[in-house]
Amino acid sequence: MKKLHIVILVLIAASIAVLVSFMGSLSTYETIASAKQKAGKTVTITAKMDNSLPVDYDPIKNPNYCSFHIADTLGNTVRAVYHGEKPRDMEKAERITFTGKMQGDVFEIAPNGIMLKCPSKYKDDPNAAKKNLTQNQ
Amino acid sequence: MDYIGEHLLPGKLGHFFSILSFAASFVATIAYFKATTGKTPEEENSWKRLARAAFAIDIVSVFSVFAVILYIVSNHLFEYNYAWEHSGRSMSMKYLLSCIWEAQEGSFLLWTMWHCVLGTILIFTSKKWEAPVMTVISGAQLCLATMIMGLYFFGGKVGINAFLLVREKFAEGPMFSRPDYLTLPQMQDGQGLNALLQNYWMTIHPPVLFLGFASTIVPFAFAIAGLWKKQFGDWTRKALPWTLFSCCILGTGIMMGAAWAYESLSFAGYWAWDPVENASLVPWLILVAGLHTQVVYNATGHSLRATYLFLLLGFLFILYATFLTRSGILGDTSVHAFVDSGMNLQLILFVVVFLVPAAWLFISRYRKIPHIAKEEATDSREFWMFIGALVLFLSSMFIIITTSLPVLNDIFGKKWSAGEDREFAYNRIEVFIAILLGIFTAITQYLKYKNTKKADLLKKIALPTAIALVLSILTSIFGEIHYDKYGAGFLAAIHLAVFAAIYAFVANADYIRTGLHGKLKAAGGSVAHLGFGLLLLGILISSSRKTVLSYNTTGINLNFDPGAKENPMENITLLKSVKTDMGKYWATYIDDDSVDTRTKMMFFHVKFHKKDDGETFDLYPNWIRSTKGQESISANPDKHHYWNRDIFTYISASNTMDQREDTAQFRNYPVAIGDTIYYSRGFMVLDKVALNPNDSKHHFSSTDTALMAEVRVYAKDSTRYTATPLFYLKDNIPHFVADTVFAQDLAIRFNRVFKDKIELGVKESSAMIPFVALKVYEFPHINLVWFGFLVMMTGFVMSIYRRYKLAA
Repeated sequence: MKKLHIVILVLIAASIAVLVSFMGSLSTYETIASAKQKAGKTVTITAKMDNSLPVDYDPIKNPNYCSFHIADTLGNTVRAVYHGEKPRDMEKAERITFTGKMQGDVFEIAPNGIMLKCPSKYKDDPNAAKKNLTQNQ
Repeated sequence: MDYIGEHLLPGKLGHFFSILSFAASFVATIAYFKATTGKTPEEENSWKRLARAAFAIDIVSVFSVFAVILYIVSNHLFEYNYAWEHSGRSMSMKYLLSCIWEAQEGSFLLWTMWHCVLGTILIFTSKKWEAPVMTVISGAQLCLATMIMGLYFFGGKVGINAFLLVREKFAEGPMFSRPDYLTLPQMQDGQGLNALLQNYWMTIHPPVLFLGFASTIVPFAFAIAGLWKKQFGDWTRKALPWTLFSCCILGTGIMMGAAWAYESLSFAGYWAWDPVENASLVPWLILVAGLHTQVVYNATGHSLRATYLFLLLGFLFILYATFLTRSGILGDTSVHAFVDSGMNLQLILFVVVFLVPAAWLFISRYRKIPHIAKEEATDSREFWMFIGALVLFLSSMFIIITTSLPVLNDIFGKKWSAGEDREFAYNRIEVFIAILLGIFTAITQYLKYKNTKKADLLKKIALPTAIALVLSILTSIFGEIHYDKYGAGFLAAIHLAVFAAIYAFVANADYIRTGLHGKLKAAGGSVAHLGFGLLLLGILISSSRKTVLSYNTTGINLNFDPGAKENPMENITLLKSVKTDMGKYWATYIDDDSVDTRTKMMFFHVKFHKKDDGETFDLYPNWIRSTKGQESISANPDKHHYWNRDIFTYISASNTMDQREDTAQFRNYPVAIGDTIYYSRGFMVLDKVALNPNDSKHHFSSTDTALMAEVRVYAKDSTRYTATPLFYLKDNIPHFVADTVFAQDLAIRFNRVFKDKIELGVKESSAMIPFVALKVYEFPHINLVWFGFLVMMTGFVMSIYRRYKLAA
């Protein structure tokens, strides 16, 4: 066997090891209901804000504490707490992914655990355009 | 129904040209194919003439489509969806261009336009390779033409029609039952370009990136041509400048995106391992790997098979990236991906159409690709260059597999998502890649092809190794790299990587001196590697020493937040004109100012005062209220540049954000001196009333009529404040200057004067307090990132020139 082949094999073996360890570090997408069952484990929930309940964010008192309710498509809601600023336009987004873990009755969102679309991309959304078209009628 | 005021001719013309470009590229593909497989030179030449004519028609059509779109957009023909959805009346020329390539159709168009330019150059320069290479490029043109064709076949949509009318796109809209719908207010102006994209980067980043995308097809096409014509090794010298060009431009495009993210978006960094970023980085890494094996083959005859693999995969991963970013599949994992536009099947086919023939040619002819049976010596340059290329390739595979999680989920029906800390998931692997690449980059140049004299090598490499060791040990000791967030192991890896980066820089600098005797003509590679070392060093230092300056440690009104301990408190709140302690700095929010009513930009003036040396500077981070219809706000950062670091800040919240109504009312109290007024959190006493005050705040003289009440506020927590509301007459009109006690949410107004009493108005409201919450970061040595990158690109340009001269 050539030395080069040995090196290639070693590198590929290392890559597989890396991949396996990466897969091990993954979390899963959950619904609010299933996240509650996996309390304490980091999960990702795709949901949107429940705008019927108030957002608790008072930057004068504490700019790093934001609490609100999120609702998933199955209709479950849970209170979520994020230790940072309230992301802008969170109320309007149809789909937000939250990464964090359930602690008691509260979904604790991880640092940088809120992923909203870059606003430049809302526009491709046909619903947004439709809304704009019929808005001022 | 006949609609009034529509301009239908441009759309018909544009649509005609987009179909013509489809037909022309179809003819060009067939004709170039026939020219490649032609039996006699006459047959070849006649097909080639037809193919060139067809390609010329394709070029004319593609540029005509673009011209028509530009006409529609710049003449504000809002009956067209393109103009209505993407442009607006108030946009200048450069933003009209930006709004064209903001759309999916427009960015595809940009891509085909670059193919036209590159194809023209290849027709004139590639001689015997013209027919097979142009077959591939015409084929790509054919595929791209379908993307903007917008025809319906058997109920399925092929491509997006750029000339769709608004009333066709939203056919169910009730307003379209009126023939004069164009007179309706919502048709008078377009949606405009998102304010966030009204930025010079948006004008230049997409064209450069798409030139990078488009250029990857050239080395791919040469590789296909080599396999197809079974002239396996003949093209590599000719194609080397193209591979270099592709790496150079694609790299620049990616880095422009990074610079944009850093300069004007609130991502607080230049790279976030976002899937869309990764999708463009991966083809670049593969092409750089291919570039190195191609150089090895040209010099030694080794590594031709690897060169084929890498150059083929480079372009195939561009196609895959196109699928990833445009199909909507990354919707939940990337902030930048487009949303689904119903073209997924077409995007998958775009990949398959190129993947299948390329894989078939590569696999079926693999054994025929010449290779040297004799093994490379372990002290030869080609051996280590190959390993370096392999490391690049494997790291790109790691990135693309992890980026493709949503695709894997779809295929295997899983629900995997990236863990809690996406950036670290990549960084902990890539730091080791950086170590390996840095060291390879440093040493490999000193090795000679075939084999190297040991004594010679040691003599030459001893000095740069020693210098690099000393420099990196000094950096490790005095460089303040204490990034222990992920433990000692990761910190050690960062220090190792710092050594590797410095080693790459020093060794390549010294190699230009000793190995090349200062001959810069041949130094392209060394310059690029030297730049790479600097870039790596910049990345390592700016990321590991990036610090949050706005830690809310001192805290005004810091609420009890049980989660706060383990969470970073990156925002700090500044009340207007209250000097606030921010670690090494004092920060004061001075005021805000709306300058541009069109984009509704609002600047916040924040003054920073360094505690230790008293240095002050002002930053003006701003907010852009988005264009109509989308009442969103985007934060734009501002930076204070030093030669060795940036102070970077952006606004995360402000009282101006909600513009909520202040519903609280003033309650009026007639009081005499010494009287007490109670409020919810304490009480206040009127101390005295001064006539025509003349102090640091007010300057009245005896000719004025001004009264100032001095009110002492006693809060429940036994803190005391003084408020001095003012009442004065000017031209016989009373004026009021209310005073505020922000800490108590109080506003106090001097309303009027009775005989022996005065009336004070007291308001309690939290909505009145002007404040900003902001994040402040320090990025040390961020300039090394940009400078290193520029040096690297300079090296690329030098190499392109030299390799072009050598190949000619």
